[in-house]
Amino acid sequence: MTIQEMPGSTAYRPSPPPAWQPRTDPAPLLPDSSPYRVLGTEAAAGADPALLRRLYAELVRGRRYNAQATALTRQGRLAVYPSSTGQEACEVAAAMVLQEQDWLFPSYRDTLAVVARGLDPVQALTLLRGDWHTGYDPRESRIAPLCTPLATQLPHAVGLAHAARLKGDDVVALAMVGDGGTSEGDFHEALNFAAVWQAPVVFLVQNNGFAISVPLAKQTAAPSLAHKAVGYGMPGRLVDGNDAVAMHEVLSEAVERARRGGGPTLVEAITYRMEAHTNADDATRYRGDAEVDAWRDHDPITLLERELTTRGLLDEDGIRQAKEAAETMAADLRERMNADPVLDPMDLFTHVYAERTAQLREQESQLRAELEAEASVESGDGR
Amino acid sequence: MSSTTVAPGTKKAAAKPASMAQALQRALRDAMAEDPTVHVMGEDVGALGGVFRITDGLVKEFGEDRCTDTPLAEAGILGAAVGMAMYGLRPVVEMQFDAFAYPAFEQLASHVAKMRNRTRGALPMPLTIRIPYGGGIGGVEHHSDSSEAYYMATPGLHVVTPATVEDAYGMLREAIASDDPVVFLEPKRLYWSKADWSPDTPAAVAPIGKAVVRRPGRSATLITYGPSLPVCLEAAEAATAEGWDLEVVDLRSLVPFDDETVAASVRRTGRAVVVHESAGFGGPGGEIAARITERCFHHLEAPVLRVAGLDVPYPPPMLERHHLPGVDRVLDAVARLQWED
Ligand SMILES: Cc1ncc(C[n+]2csc(CCOP(=O)(O)OP(=O)(O)O)c2C)c(N)n1
Ligand SMILES: [Mg+2]
Repeated sequence: MTIQEMPGSTAYRPSPPPAWQPRTDPAPLLPDSSPYRVLGTEAAAGADPALLRRLYAELVRGRRYNAQATALTRQGRLAVYPSSTGQEACEVAAAMVLQEQDWLFPSYRDTLAVVARGLDPVQALTLLRGDWHTGYDPRESRIAPLCTPLATQLPHAVGLAHAARLKGDDVVALAMVGDGGTSEGDFHEALNFAAVWQAPVVFLVQNNGFAISVPLAKQTAAPSLAHKAVGYGMPGRLVDGNDAVAMHEVLSEAVERARRGGGPTLVEAITYRMEAHTNADDATRYRGDAEVDAWRDHDPITLLERELTTRGLLDEDGIRQAKEAAETMAADLRERMNADPVLDPMDLFTHVYAERTAQLREQESQLRAELEAEASVESGDGR
Repeated sequence: MSSTTVAPGTKKAAAKPASMAQALQRALRDAMAEDPTVHVMGEDVGALGGVFRITDGLVKEFGEDRCTDTPLAEAGILGAAVGMAMYGLRPVVEMQFDAFAYPAFEQLASHVAKMRNRTRGALPMPLTIRIPYGGGIGGVEHHSDSSEAYYMATPGLHVVTPATVEDAYGMLREAIASDDPVVFLEPKRLYWSKADWSPDTPAAVAPIGKAVVRRPGRSATLITYGPSLPVCLEAAEAATAEGWDLEVVDLRSLVPFDDETVAASVRRTGRAVVVHESAGFGGPGGEIAARITERCFHHLEAPVLRVAGLDVPYPPPMLERHHLPGVDRVLDAVARLQWED
């Protein structure tokens, strides 16, 4: 006999604990069960030919940029280069979906996104060449400094987007991070802040399978990285990161949602790092050729080229033109990177604080004296 | 910046006893009233007014967009503040306690301290990070750390700490107005210390970067800051009975460091003791002693001594008095300054 059936008892109705409130319905936030695709599906027919051609030109240029930057490491012109070969669709789409006033928050691997946004590649590569930490003015370009401490750029994107929204400005921040970076505390904190504040931010995770040598399976037991969004109360989108059209569509939607005041989105792009982590890494120690070859058949340029040629939007001539434009960019980059940058060691003291402290002034004179001594030895009039 | 600015629309009040906590609150309030880009953010800074009530009333006056209860995540708080500063705001972040600021250390060391430098001045970080620090309030573990050495060892940060009610107001106003990031260490056991102070005509104070001689003397110099200033002043009074006339220097600012004032004092007295709560090994006293030796070697009558917290994790409340530098330990050190030679 239950309480309700007890004769004479007041009817008992189960009620939720007093503090409990129904929260966000998780169902609409859930990502697709497999990575969203456009190329090779019926939806591709609806894609704008001009957009397809532009994406293609950018991918070809991006691939050439990656090759050129890697070559520059071999010539000792770059201290290090983390290549995004194979990930060009993500890099290019991330830059293309942003408007002039929006901000991009790149990681060390994302110089291609920076270049695709329109920045001079020489400026984009300053960090990796080693002549300074950031080679451009972030406020002028609306590109945050390339960020090396993993995931630490994500809360910056949230704060900036939040500040812009408080001011009533129409600004969206798009922040890029790798699969490994999603394990960091800052990833969690940034997504949580963004959702609580409904900040206009898009988080783009490029899941390229590895954090240096460590595969995703050792990084997370989540159903997908996109699923993590649900825990924060924001939508997660799972996309084929090598399908440039799908990437462009999903990121555009997320950016527009943020712009309309709909809050943040987490996008997981499934892609693959075709090269080693950087030129200093040996990928043969942790992955086999078969795996890499499988991804060669899923190359972002090939996928798009197939679509374009099938639809008669691209012929031999078009392919040649795209390649030539990329060659021109590469030749210019090669030439300009072959010049030694002119550095002033006294710059070390210029921007530590708004004004040099007494201690820095002292060290500055010491360094100046050392440089003068060096110069006089070199010019032969030293003791 | 002028620390004597009177916020518009506040009625004049004559000087009367005010606590350091009240002066800090007023500094935040006046800075927010004067500059709409000043945003206060942290844990419990809204309705509660902060666990030490330093943000009391701010949310009521300025609204939740200007005084924000954030999610409970220190790296996230500071990281978001970095982004806000990138967009031109002037965030004032409250860390609830010294030891709970550690999760934010990566943001502090890798971004706050370096952003101006790595962008060649394009992105200054006009941030103030307020951290209640130090012991002596009977706090259980993780509530009494003296973490200044970590911050001092990070180029790009200013590290300051007031020890008086006037300085609490004046230095916090200057920290908020600074275009550089300032780690603003608030000695929590001095929160309730009082002085006659008028919020409407606050006394002008020395700028950040300048040390102040709090008690002139001729026999030896006690060099200290924050929570240990009252201890040193008390020790100096007690020392008169022994015939010592001690000078007390309040550093106020650990970075930038005022070598000039410190060296001038030690050259005058010929003897120096550095006093702080922070652990002695690797603590600020080692740096200060070295700087004095480098500058005053020929004036020194004795080695520079240190009276510091023990090299132990901060003790439980019932044992903390053995850890904190007290008057007796300071006087013992003074006695060891080779007077007999
Ligand atoms: C906080 C932090 N820890 C460690 C590193 C060293 N590190 C640089 S890249 C990297 C792997 C990152 O992998 P992922 O996030 O997947 O990005 P990917 O390199 O694949 O683009 C590591 C461990 C770092 N940069 N920052
Ligand atoms: Mg990765």
